[in-house]
Formats: sequence, C-alpha cells, structure tokens
Amino acid sequence: MSDVTEKTTGLSRRSLLKGAAGVAGIAAGSGAITGFPYVMSSEPKVLRYLGTAVNEGDDIAKKCFADTGIKIEYITATTDDVTKRVITQPNSFDVLDTEYFSLKKLIPSGNILPLDARKIKEFDNITPVFTKGELPNGKKIGGQGTAPWKVLYLESETSKTFATKPTEWITLIPTVYNADTLGIRPDLIKRPINSWAELLNPEFKGKAALLNIPSIGIMDAAMVVEATGQYKYADKGNMTKAEIDLTMKILTEAKKAGQFRAFWKDFNESVNLMASGETVIQSMWSPAVTKVRSMGIPCTFQPLKEGYRSWASGFCVSKGVSGPKLDWAYEFVNWFLSGWAGAYLNRQGYYSAVLSTARANMEPYEWAYWMEGKPAEKDILSPTGALLEKAGSLRDGGSYDDRMGNVACWNAVMDENDYMVRKWNEFIAS
Amino acid sequence: MTPSTISRHMVAWAQAAPMALVFLAFFLVPLALVVMVSFWDYNDYAMIPTFSGRGYTESFEGCLTRLPEACTMLKTYGQTLKFCAMVWAITLVVGFTVAYFLAFHVKSVTWQIALSLVCTIPFWTSNVIRMIAWIPLLGRNGLINKTLVGLHIVDKPIEWLLYSQFSVVLALVHLFTFFMVIPIFNSMIRIDKSLIEAAYDAGASGWQTLWTVIVPLCKPGIVIGSIFVVTIVMGDFVTIGVMGGQQIASAGKVVETHLNALQFPVAAANAVILLGVTLMIIAAMSKLVDVRKEL
Repeated sequence: MSDVTEKTTGLSRRSLLKGAAGVAGIAAGSGAITGFPYVMSSEPKVLRYLGTAVNEGDDIAKKCFADTGIKIEYITATTDDVTKRVITQPNSFDVLDTEYFSLKKLIPSGNILPLDARKIKEFDNITPVFTKGELPNGKKIGGQGTAPWKVLYLESETSKTFATKPTEWITLIPTVYNADTLGIRPDLIKRPINSWAELLNPEFKGKAALLNIPSIGIMDAAMVVEATGQYKYADKGNMTKAEIDLTMKILTEAKKAGQFRAFWKDFNESVNLMASGETVIQSMWSPAVTKVRSMGIPCTFQPLKEGYRSWASGFCVSKGVSGPKLDWAYEFVNWFLSGWAGAYLNRQGYYSAVLSTARANMEPYEWAYWMEGKPAEKDILSPTGALLEKAGSLRDGGSYDDRMGNVACWNAVMDENDYMVRKWNEFIAS
Repeated sequence: MTPSTISRHMVAWAQAAPMALVFLAFFLVPLALVVMVSFWDYNDYAMIPTFSGRGYTESFEGCLTRLPEACTMLKTYGQTLKFCAMVWAITLVVGFTVAYFLAFHVKSVTWQIALSLVCTIPFWTSNVIRMIAWIPLLGRNGLINKTLVGLHIVDKPIEWLLYSQFSVVLALVHLFTFFMVIPIFNSMIRIDKSLIEAAYDAGASGWQTLWTVIVPLCKPGIVIGSIFVVTIVMGDFVTIGVMGGQQIASAGKVVETHLNALQFPVAAANAVILLGVTLMIIAAMSKLVDVRKEL
C-alpha cells in the first residue's frame, strides 16, 4: 500500500512541475473545472492510466507513444487498491483498467464513465466471449459469478443500472482476460493432477497456497467443495450466507490442519513460493507460471476437469475526463485494440479482446502455439525476447477454445460481500 | 499584568504554535474524522453519513452470543497481545544487553555512534525484499534446513521456521530491537560513573550493581523503549502478514481487510478499538514509571 502512495505523490508532484500551463492547466487536466478553456493543447497528450500490473508493460506505453503520440503514465496498484482509488480519488486518473467484477462497486459510485461503442472501431470484432458469453464457434461458456456479459452494457451514459440488452454504452471496453487454474510443481508432486479437490488434499499438507483476495480465495475453495462432491452451488460467485458458512468451515478445517503454507497477493510472491518449493500446488496466474518456468523450474498451469475460474478486464474513463482528453482516451483504446498490444498480451499467455487484429500481429507459428494448442514449430519467445518454450512443446490446457470453453465461473463480488469479509477475518483468526 | 509579561506570554504562545498546529492538523483532525466515520453507515461502495453503530456491532459480532467460544475480535487481540508480550520481552533483554555494551564497554564516542548506526541496518531494505530474503534462509529448502538435514540433525526440513509464529516474532525482534536500544542507551550514558564506582567500593557484586543501580536508573529508557515496541507491534500488519504467510490474524490486518472491501466505517471502528487498547497498555506502563518525573 505504501508503494502506491509513494507513486501517487510522485506523480502529482511530477505533473505539478510539468504543468507549464500553470494552475489552470492542472485544474483542467484533473477535470476539476469542466468546460474551462483548454490551455494545454500544445502540451503532449498525456493519459494517466490506473490499473494493476497485468497490462502495464513499458513496451506497450512506448509503442503507443510512437504510434499515437499519447504518453501513458502508469499508476500501478493491486486489484483492491485500484478499486479503493476509484472510489476515493476519482480525479487522480484518466483511463481506468480494471476487472469486470469490481463494476458492481464502481458503477453505483458514479465515479467512472462508460465508453461509446460507436466510437470503438473494432467493437464488432470483440470476441463474443464478452458480448454473448460464447466462444467464436458458438459454444456457451459458464456464467457463474460476475461474468462480463452481465455487466457489459449500461442503460445510458450516466445510468447506474446494467442493461440486459446491448446498448452503445459499454462499462468496460474489454482488453484482456484469461482462464485461471492451479499451478503445480510436477517434479515434486510426481503424479497426475486433474481435479480442484487436490488443493485441499492432505497429501499436500503445508504445501498449498491460496490467493489472498477474499472474494477470489473463497471461489477457489468453492471449486474444491464441488470437486469433492460435498455441495453443489447455484452460483459460486454469489453465495448465500449458509453457503459462505459451509465453504469457510471447510477452509478453516484445512487451515487448522496446516494445509496452507501461505496466502499470496502479489505476482512475485506467487512466483517465489512456487520457485522455492515452499508450495507445490496453488492458485496462480498464467504469466507467473511462465516466469517460474523461465527460471528453469518445472511448473504446470494444470487444466482441471471441473474447469477454470476466469477473469476479464477492460477500459473506461474517470468521470473527470472530457474534451480533448476524452478523444485521446478513445484514440488510446482504439490503438490498444488495433493488434500490437493484443499480440503482446497473447504472447504472455493472456488473451486479447479482438482476436483478428492480434492474429495479424503474430507469426503463424506463435498463433498456432498460443491460440490453437498446437506444438510449437519454433522456439516460443516472450514479448521481451526471452525463451519461454522450446520447439515442440504444447501450451498447458491447449487451445483458446479448450481453455475458454471450460470456464466454470468468473471472479465476482457477492451480494453478501459484507458478511463474507467478516467470515474471512474469522477464518484468518481461527 | 505588566506589558512585558504579556509580551512574554505572546512569545511563549508563538513558540508553541507551530508544533500545536502540526499536531492539530495532522493528528487531532484526522483522529476526529476516524472516530466520526466509525459511527457512519455504509453500503457496498460508499460511506453513508448517518449515525450508525454498525461498524462496532459487526466488529464485536458473536462476542456475547457465541460464548464461551472466543469471537473474531477476542481471538485477533489475543494473538496480537501474545506477539506484543513475546516481542517486548525479547527486545527488552536483547536491547538492554546491546545498550549496556554500547554504554559501558565501548569507550570512544565515535564507536558508540558507529555501532548505534549498525543497529539500523534492518531498516535499509523494504518489507517486500525482506520477505523474499527470508525464504532462502528459513524456507523448506533454505540454508538452515539444508544444513540441519545435511548434518543429519533432522530427517526432514523443519516447517515452522517460516510462515509461522516463530518467523513473525523473529522478524519483529529483528526490526524493532533498535527502538529498545536507543532509549535505554540514552538513559545509561547519563548514569554518573561515580555511582557505579561507589557501588563497587561498597562491595556490591556485578549483578547487584546491575540490578540495584543501573536498572532502576534506566527505567525511563526502558519504559520509552517499551512504549515504542508495544505500539508498533500492536499496529503492525505488514510484518505479521508477510512473515505469517497472511494466515495469522492481527488487529491491523482486520482493518486492512475491511479497507480493501471498501468498508471504511468498520475499518475506522476497528482503528478506534485498536487505539483504545493501545492507549490502555501505555497508560498502564506509564503508571509503573512516571517518565516525566524520572527525566
């Protein structure tokens, strides 16, 4: 948290120093005064981009500046802190990159504005995963939790109600998404793993880890509960109080029995836990698995028969953004969907929202490996040029259709969130 | 009153004003706001400025109804106080020893300063680095376990070295002994050396001199150091979180979890409760020694 604060002050100090246009420019830039004559037109186009580290590559910012002249200033925070910042300091950023599940909190606050689908060039080419909840081949995807298509449309620009039918007002223009599962150390487990039930298997006592975000941790636990046949939820992403009690009871028993080594919150923590052998099975993110592997340590992003827990994020703008800044925001989002950034994300193991443009920016062999689940024809390199996989290897979980087609639920905020948080504190104290 | 006493009063007020204003702006006003917010209501995403005891009722949920089983609040504070007591006891012994060495065995002032600075080394790095740095030492495949297994002292790696109460106490002691060393050292160097000589001349043994002369004269330093350590450990959630693998409850962590869930009034209520508990501990400690009189 202190990390974020430091960056914040650094940023405002920087923008203060840079504010050649003086106080007026800063006020207009922060959107404090709307309709004020814009005096920064000769200034470089700058957008303050608030998000988690997922999409915030320096390479993306550099390429964006080269292509569009828009300078991206990243404000990096953890998922929880991004939400907190939107609620408490809506004027401290221009473009927001956040996950769909936080919309249930963000939209009612009125601090963010949707984007107009008609101004997004590639909108019609956005994968139907977002718009219809199905794969490009028409297969329906699991929709438990805060699935993006449930919260994609607003009734009007200033509405606080999600529309059930498509409208032009898009809460978040999708950028990146993935199907998450358990990461394992095959060299230490030495047997096939194919079910979420293994996360709480006493065989891995003291060697398992959970994600330390209550709303996500409890969903992983719910996957285990269903996998072991103890209970079947109507919606794992929106439990009743009784279901929360049941899930927490099972988690508490596992904790007391010493099942968990640690809970992680940060990308690097998860990499360290796995790479050092402190844990051998844990919920994980795809690029973290890739990073462990790039250290020469075997790690598998293990597909499981009960399916994946998916997440998705996208762009919207702060309510303080208007005038030229809003135009730049559209320009930036359009650039982001135009392919280069999509290819960059695909090469990290994420998925891009507009598949066609990303494909045009990837080599056919890369596309075949990452998206079609085919053996790599050549060595697979990361966006920075590091060797990720040798020729001949296969992607964990296979093709896009195999992975996204097996999504069981989406990261969510429950209606009973308040109760769940109290239960989580009880769980930690037990 | 003569004009000169009035102007002297004015000068005194003016001298006190900067500190008073800083204190007001950065302590009293924020504290008042926290207390105010703790009595507000809230929903999923915002605070609602209407009077509500919800922050407190939810924090103390189950404390009466679930008796004799301890509620979340009791368990959390039980854990935090346990850490407090252990860290306090260890830092006191270690801190006193280090301060004694610095004050009575190191003769040159330059070396005293240099060695005091060495005590600040644990602060030269960030918490994240520190957390990652412990893994290669205490981890399952870390240096200590490798050595113990290699020497056939244990058959398999010791699990409780990391992500346990042990590692939390170790890290807290590693960090906060410094806060004990400096005040005690400060008390010790003020001790008139002739008192110690007098004790020696009167036939006191080394232990008797320590216990009847030095320790009583170090009381203010001990109390100040204790207040530092206790208040820091009571409010710590980063070290306990990082070294406890996020599986050990602390009062600060409860506040953090509620903040992350945007439940600011409950977080504020917990902060007020934490402040209350900490103030009570400090009041009790100041009862034992009147620091102002001793200084």
